[in-house]
Amino acid sequence: MSDNLLIAGKTYGSRLLIGTGKYKDFAETRAAVEASGAEIVTVAIRRTNIGQNANEPSLLDALPPSKFTYLPNTAGCYNAADAVRTLRLARELLDGHDLVKLEVLGDPHTLYPNMPETLKAAGELVRDGFKVMVYCSDDPIQAQMLEAAGCVAVMPLASLIGSGMGILNPWNLQLVIDKVKVPVLVDAGVGTASDAALAMELGCDGVLMNTAVAAARNPVLMAKAMKKALEAGREAFLAGRMPKKLYSAAPSSPTEGKIAPRAA
Amino acid sequence: MSSAVSARRRQGFSTPSLCIIRLVIQVFVNGAAQRFEQPLAVSTLIEKMALAGKKIAVERNGEIVPRGLHARTVIEDGDQLEIVVAVGGG
Repeated sequence: MSDNLLIAGKTYGSRLLIGTGKYKDFAETRAAVEASGAEIVTVAIRRTNIGQNANEPSLLDALPPSKFTYLPNTAGCYNAADAVRTLRLARELLDGHDLVKLEVLGDPHTLYPNMPETLKAAGELVRDGFKVMVYCSDDPIQAQMLEAAGCVAVMPLASLIGSGMGILNPWNLQLVIDKVKVPVLVDAGVGTASDAALAMELGCDGVLMNTAVAAARNPVLMAKAMKKALEAGREAFLAGRMPKKLYSAAPSSPTEGKIAPRAA
Repeated sequence: MSSAVSARRRQGFSTPSLCIIRLVIQVFVNGAAQRFEQPLAVSTLIEKMALAGKKIAVERNGEIVPRGLHARTVIEDGDQLEIVVAVGGG
């Protein structure tokens, strides 16, 4: 049975998207990404160092864009204009690649999304031909607005970026999943494998994470665990879990044919 | 004529030792001021900064300079350039 993730008309075998920040070195980045099975990797766009380290190793050498789908982000942008500029630079840098991750942050303390600026940037980017996957609050109405603006995926936070606090509001996430037709991916907040499994059990189409893997004591092993967690969660969702019944406990073994109780 | 050069000409030079007028341009590359003796193409700047052949993208005064136009886009006095690369990030 094929169960691929479909984003903007393209299919991906893995529902796990991995960030490439905070690793010890590019070798560890590469090893973790490979262990995760992820096909889509996020990258940031930053000023190049001028006049120093001309032969500095490059992320593009460690993770060749021919093998992985790059998802350039707008991390660190606090308004729509900066986010749009950043992604235009990314498109130029990546030879016209137009699948992007939009995030417009509200403040450096929480990294919570600034939704009015996010919506403004989303509209501009879609008009400019970008395929926008968008980091957003877990508000179903905002998610619908982003979908209406033409975003190809909405990516609500499960908890604050880099916090590892897991899914704080599964009910809201459920509302977002119910309300929008484009893929819903949890972006931010996953701390360990069970968080990722829970996101998938709720019906998310995928999970994007970085710190949960990069900040694990053994990032490569955690990447492997995340791969399994996503697969397990997805299969549990597709299988359809049993209903929760607080008061009707029912034994799994037959109630008939039990041996006779011994006379006292 | 760019504004900074004409401004310098208007001011003139007060000391007799500075009788040779050098047309120097100042541009900002990734926020840092850089001086050149004359306007130069984006491709020349990239070579001077040892970035030739690197995977970079260039923005000039807020507008992308497509790779195909690096050789014929001339940087002028006061221009603001951003030269970026892809780095690890979430």
